[in-house]
Amino acid sequence: MSSLLLKGGRVVDPANGRDGVFDVLIKHGLIARVEPAISPNGAEVVDASGKLVTPGLVDLHTHLREPGREDKETIQTGLRAAVRGGYTTICAMPNTDPAMDSPGVVEFVQQAAGRAGLAAVKPIGAITVGRQGKDLTEFGELFEAGCVGLSDDGHPVADALLMRRALEYARVFGRPLIQHAEDPVLAAGGVMHEGLVATTLGLRGMPAESESVMVARDLALAALTGGWLHVAHVSCGQSVQLIREAKRRGVRVTCEVTPHHLALTDEAVGTFNTHAKVNPPLRPEQDRRALIEGLCDGTIDCIATDHAPHTAWEKDAEFDSAPFGISGLETALSVCVAMLVIPQTLTWPQLIEKMSRAPAALIGAEAGTLNIGAPADLLLIDPDARWTVEPEQFASKGRHTPFAGRQLPARVARVWCRGTEVTGR
Amino acid sequence: MALAATAQATDTAAWTRKDLLGLRELTAEEIRLILHTAESFRGISLRPIKKVPALRGQTVVNLFFEPSTRTRTSFELAAKRLSADIVNLAVQSSSLSKGETVLDTVRNLEALKVDILVVRHAAAGVPHLIAARSRAAVINAGDGAHEHPTQALLDLFTIQEKQGRMEGLRVAIVGDIAHSRVARSNIWGLTKLGAQVTVCGPPTLMPARVEELGVRVTYDLNEAVRDADVLMLLRIQHERQESRLVPGLREYRLRYGVTRERLRAAKPELLIMHPGPVNRGVELDSEVADGPHSVILDQVTNGLAVRMAVLYLVAGGGKAEDADA
Repeated sequence: MSSLLLKGGRVVDPANGRDGVFDVLIKHGLIARVEPAISPNGAEVVDASGKLVTPGLVDLHTHLREPGREDKETIQTGLRAAVRGGYTTICAMPNTDPAMDSPGVVEFVQQAAGRAGLAAVKPIGAITVGRQGKDLTEFGELFEAGCVGLSDDGHPVADALLMRRALEYARVFGRPLIQHAEDPVLAAGGVMHEGLVATTLGLRGMPAESESVMVARDLALAALTGGWLHVAHVSCGQSVQLIREAKRRGVRVTCEVTPHHLALTDEAVGTFNTHAKVNPPLRPEQDRRALIEGLCDGTIDCIATDHAPHTAWEKDAEFDSAPFGISGLETALSVCVAMLVIPQTLTWPQLIEKMSRAPAALIGAEAGTLNIGAPADLLLIDPDARWTVEPEQFASKGRHTPFAGRQLPARVARVWCRGTEVTGR
Repeated sequence: MALAATAQATDTAAWTRKDLLGLRELTAEEIRLILHTAESFRGISLRPIKKVPALRGQTVVNLFFEPSTRTRTSFELAAKRLSADIVNLAVQSSSLSKGETVLDTVRNLEALKVDILVVRHAAAGVPHLIAARSRAAVINAGDGAHEHPTQALLDLFTIQEKQGRMEGLRVAIVGDIAHSRVARSNIWGLTKLGAQVTVCGPPTLMPARVEELGVRVTYDLNEAVRDADVLMLLRIQHERQESRLVPGLREYRLRYGVTRERLRAAKPELLIMHPGPVNRGVELDSEVADGPHSVILDQVTNGLAVRMAVLYLVAGGGKAEDADA
């Protein structure tokens, strides 16, 4: 592998407290040097002036759908979407068919991901067998096979005793249990947030409390057991406040928020727009503001996409029947820049931290930094680009996004995974 | 009778919409245009030969994904009295469980070159979904808990006919507001035409933030009855008891059932309305349903004229050049 020199870019590397113009030298797939001026010495030179050079993004929450629903997404198309969006490491959620509840399925996903040669895949195993919420999976086997966390995502672990045991037992491994926090009884078959929009459309709503009640229960169980709770896709102010207070008390809890919950409210459902149908649902403005506040004050640890691809025909249906989910990998960075960096809520280094180093730290991955000797997973971002979201151009099979047609700022210009350029793959 | 208020407003109004999906998006003028058009169609059903050639050569499909007798029959007769060809299609969920989507069904009908689709579905938003993908005009005949615009229009027509006015009239809608498409369409229609709407029922049957739709909320039926010029009852579904929204139908009747005793405090000219079918002895006692205040059968009669008007307008009969048709 030849060496590569990224010259004159603004290097944003929050892990090393770096934000300034530096040259970055890549050798043998690793970051070799980051210095003010490096001479090429035969390395291929990339002019990075006017661009940002950042670590590749890390997603804690990607649905790749393979095995089982290859019509929605394959590992190949999902990883192509990832690198298009600047993600060089993603966590694959276990709600596949069969569920990722045994080492065999984990190994299948890892092998397919290895063949794709794009973003690195870190599997999330299921907490319960078949994600049925009854019996615990073999945590030890799953972690040994490479899982970086466990989740029944899509469903909550509703049984309180089972959740208690899972949190307790997972302490052996020092890995997080990722909870899709929803009280299914209280959610009562809701298809969007319970509020004025749902009332107007005559759609069944689920209140914010169907999330926060479960967050409160899980925080109590995390405190009881000392287990590590990670709350997936926090959507409302009540959950943020509960987590904030629990962190203050020293409860071992982390959480994530999605770009769509930071950017949109239940108004996005408009007149039955199924592309804005997502679980947890888009909430009112005061919740959206509370999420941004929670992200800024550190209550919310990181940003995760909850990339949830579906087929066009499934989404092209009555609102009640259309599946929940947004195709999010290819818009995440730009949506966050629009919502956070342009209004000067976060700086570029703070945003990159929330999208790379912070999630990488939660899964113990050697990613999200430009440390000397680290794998050369990095991006060249054009911060001044403006582009229009055209879902038909997505690499993902999932073309459903409430951001379709929106003009967004900033674009990933070039991507390297472990030193190999994968731009446009 | 006094339809002067609606007549004068229609001089400038014209029907420009392809579909009738709900009353929320209509202007007061558009609603008055439909009511005015219905007025001119009402006489047809009173003639010995109950037919005019207004829709000759047009094909109407009653596309009902949810069982219905009243609304379907009303649309069918309305189409026939306008000389349209009408086909009734009851799509059972069985064909959908075979993997065919709503849009597959619609594409098949499109291939048969139909002009108007009258759509009823248990899920909110299906008429919108179809209207956006179909060249045919779509009339919403009830979608989930969203809207039932022709029911509200016939209610408005009946109120206007009996009370002679709409502005300032006090209308109480009583019952399961949360799950009622009739309530929503009536809230839009009544408030746009200047009526004051109160919704009445237990809090478990009120949708979130309903007061922001421009209505007053009360949990006390006596209070609602006292002030009302019109009392609009909604059918209480037995499922509501099963889903623990009300403790039981007996309890519901004791609190929210309209009985003759409850009407002692009512205005003498109070109208009792119900979209049907009535649960006799639950939301409405028989002697009230069949009593002097009741206009339930007038609603059914007027439904025909209103549906003829809607079919006529979406078929192109309300264009600016013949707005005085």
